[in-house]
Amino acid sequence: MSKVARSETQHPRRNLLNDPRVRGWLAQALVLMLLVIVAGYALYNIAHNLNKAGITTGFAFLSSPSGFDISQTLVDYSSRSTYADAFVVGILNTLLVSILGIVSSTILGFFLGIIRLSPNWLISKMAEAYTEIIRNIPLLLQILFWYLAILTPLPGPRLAMHFSDIAFLCNRGLQIPKPIFEPGFIATPVAFLGAVILSIFLFRWSKKRQLQTGRRFPDYSIAIALLVGMPLVAMMLTGFPLHWEMPVLSGFNFAGGITVLPELIALWLSLTLYSATFIGEYVRSGIMAVDKGQRDAAYALGHRPWMIYRLIVIPQAMRVVTPPLISQYLTLVKNSSLAVVIGYPDLIHVFAGTALNQSGQAVEIISITMAVYLIISLFISLIMNWYNKKYALRGL
Amino acid sequence: MNVFKTLAVASAVSVCMAGSAVASTLDAVKEKGYVNIGVSGKVIGFSAPDAQGKWTGLDVDFGRAVAAVIFNDPEKARFTPVAFKEAFTALQSGEIDILSRNTTWTYQRDTKLGIDFVGTIFYDGQGFMVKKSLGVTSAKDLNGASVCTQAGTTTELNLSDYFVSKGMAYKPVVYESADEATVIYDTGRCDVYTTDTSGLAARRSTLGNPKDNIILPEIISKEPLGPAVRQGDQQWSDIARWTLFAMINAEELGITSQNVDEMMKSKNPAIQRFLGVDTNYGEFMGLTADWAYRVIKHVGNYGEVYDRNVGPATVLGLERGVNALWTNGGIMYAPPIR
Repeated sequence: MSKVARSETQHPRRNLLNDPRVRGWLAQALVLMLLVIVAGYALYNIAHNLNKAGITTGFAFLSSPSGFDISQTLVDYSSRSTYADAFVVGILNTLLVSILGIVSSTILGFFLGIIRLSPNWLISKMAEAYTEIIRNIPLLLQILFWYLAILTPLPGPRLAMHFSDIAFLCNRGLQIPKPIFEPGFIATPVAFLGAVILSIFLFRWSKKRQLQTGRRFPDYSIAIALLVGMPLVAMMLTGFPLHWEMPVLSGFNFAGGITVLPELIALWLSLTLYSATFIGEYVRSGIMAVDKGQRDAAYALGHRPWMIYRLIVIPQAMRVVTPPLISQYLTLVKNSSLAVVIGYPDLIHVFAGTALNQSGQAVEIISITMAVYLIISLFISLIMNWYNKKYALRGL
Repeated sequence: MNVFKTLAVASAVSVCMAGSAVASTLDAVKEKGYVNIGVSGKVIGFSAPDAQGKWTGLDVDFGRAVAAVIFNDPEKARFTPVAFKEAFTALQSGEIDILSRNTTWTYQRDTKLGIDFVGTIFYDGQGFMVKKSLGVTSAKDLNGASVCTQAGTTTELNLSDYFVSKGMAYKPVVYESADEATVIYDTGRCDVYTTDTSGLAARRSTLGNPKDNIILPEIISKEPLGPAVRQGDQQWSDIARWTLFAMINAEELGITSQNVDEMMKSKNPAIQRFLGVDTNYGEFMGLTADWAYRVIKHVGNYGEVYDRNVGPATVLGLERGVNALWTNGGIMYAPPIR
C-alpha cells in the first residue's frame, strides 16, 4: 500500500492518459458523442427525407377525427372521435388484456408450481405434463388455436349456448349481464373502502398484540366479515340501488348486457395458460431453493404445514421467484401485441394498424407506440423492483 | 499522399451520392433492368398467380404494359406482393416503382402521403356480402349486424359513414388482412363482409360454398381504383399515366393486340399518331416513338385486358358497367394523344 503511494508521489506529472479513471471517462464521453451524432443524423435524415417525399409530418393529426369504429371501447368512442381518442382506446385495451393476463397467470402459475411439488404422483405428473406441453408450443399457434378452433366455430347467436338464460356463449363472444348503478350506490364502495382501512388497522393492532403478549387474535376471520358485511349493510340501508341489464337476442346479435369479445377471450386464455407454465417453473424453483432444514425447523417448532408455507417457505422463495417473474410480466405485456393476428383491438391493431394507414403518419405513430410499450414495461419493472428490494436479503 | 487519396475517395463518393439523388426513376429502372410493381397478390382478377404460377390480373397487366413501354418486353415487370398496411410506405421508400394494388384514389392519399395517383383503371364501389340464410335482401336491413372488414382501408371508413348516415348500429370486426377477414366471415363470426364489389366477387369465389352468399344491391361509395407513383418525378408519373391512357385510347380507336400490326398501315391520323408511325411522341417522356404500339402489341387494349381478367367470361363475371368506354355509356375516358 505504502509502496504504491510512494510511487505516485515520485511521478507527479505522469501522463493523464495513463490514468485508468481518466481513460474510462474519455472512452465513455467518446461513445456518448458518437451516440448523439448517430441519433442526430438519423433524426435529420428522417425529417429531410419525409420533407423531400412531400409527406406531411407532425402530431396535428391526433386531434382530427378518426372516421373508423373499434369493436371494443372501454371509454366513449365513435367514428367522430379523434385519433388521440383511438390511441387511448388502444392503450386501455392493451392494458385490459395485460392486467387480466397477469392476474390470472400468476394465480394459475403459483397453483401449478405448488402442485408440481405435491407428493401425490398423479397430481405432480399432471402438472408436469401440462407445463411441458403448453410452454413448448409457440404462443401464436395457441392464440390461433383458441380463436379459430374453439371460439369461432361456436354456434351463432340464435343457437347460443346459454347458462340459465343469464349468460350466453356464441361465436359473437360471451354475453353477460351488465350492472346498472342507481343513485345511492356510491355508499357501497365507500363502505368497502372503510372496511379495507379498518382491516389494515386491525392487522396492525393484532400483530402488535401478538408480539407483546403472544396471544393470537382471529384477525383474518374478522377482516373477511368486515369486507363482506359492511358493503352488504350499506347496500341494504340504501335499498339495493343496483339492477342487472340482461343480454337479449335482438336481430343479428345480442343487445344489452356486456359482450366479452371472442378475440379477448382467446387472447386472455392463451396468454394465461402460456405464461402460467413459466411462472409455475419459477415458483417451483423458488420453493426448491429454500433449504430443507428451514422446513424441518419450522415443523419442529410446531407450525402447521400451511403456516410453514406462508411464514417460512413462500417469503424466502419469493426472493428467488421475483426477478424472473418481472421479466415474465414484461413478456406477457409485449406478447399481448400478438392480438393483431386475431383482430383484438389492442394498441398495435388500432393505432399502429388502422390509424397508421388512415393518417399515413408512420414515423410518428410507430414512435408513439414504441414509447407506450416502453413506459408500460418500465412502470412494471419499477414496481417489481421496489417489491424485490423490499423483500431481498439485507446486508449482502 | 494519404490525405489526397482520402479526399479523392470522399469527393468521388459524394459525387456518386449527388448523382443518385437526382437520377430519375426511369433511369434507375432502366439501369436495374426491370420495373418493380407492388401488387396485392391475392385478389383474383386483379393480381394473383394462376395455376401455373404466372401472375395474372388487371393490376398485373398494367405493370406489364409499363414494362413493355420501357423495355419492349412485358416480362421485365417484377411483381412484389405488398400488404395493404405497408403499401404506401413501400412506394414512398422506393422499394417499389409503381403501386398497382386495387387501391382507391382519395384526396388525402394523393395530397398527404407523398404519392401521386395517375388515373383510374377500374371504377368500383363498396358493397356488402351476406349469407343467404340470414334472409337479408337490402343493406338497410343490417341494423345491429357484425361486419367483417380489413384494417386501414377506405372500406373501414365508408362502413362507418354509411351506418352513421342511416342511423343504424353495427359491430365492426376488423382484421389485418382481407384473407383473414374472409375466412372469419365464412366461419359465421360476422354477418356481413364488406369491401369493393369487385373484391366481393373475387372473395366469394374462394369461399367454402360461394352460392350460399349473396352480394346486396346497395353500392355505398365511390372507389376509383388506380395505380400510384412516388410524388416528385414528373416524368415517371407521366409514363404511368399515359400507359394507362394508351390502353383506353386504343380500345376507343379499335386497336387490339391482334390487329395492331395492320393498323400501322391505317390512314386514320389519330391511329398514326398513336402508333408513332411518323411522329415521335415517346421522346417527350424519354421513351421511343413506338411506346404505345408496344403496350397494345404485348398487353392489349383496356377492353381486352378487362375481358381477360374480370369480364363476364371469367370467374368474377363482372359486366363492363361504368367501366365501359364513354362512347358505350360508361365513364372510361382518356385524354387524346396528340
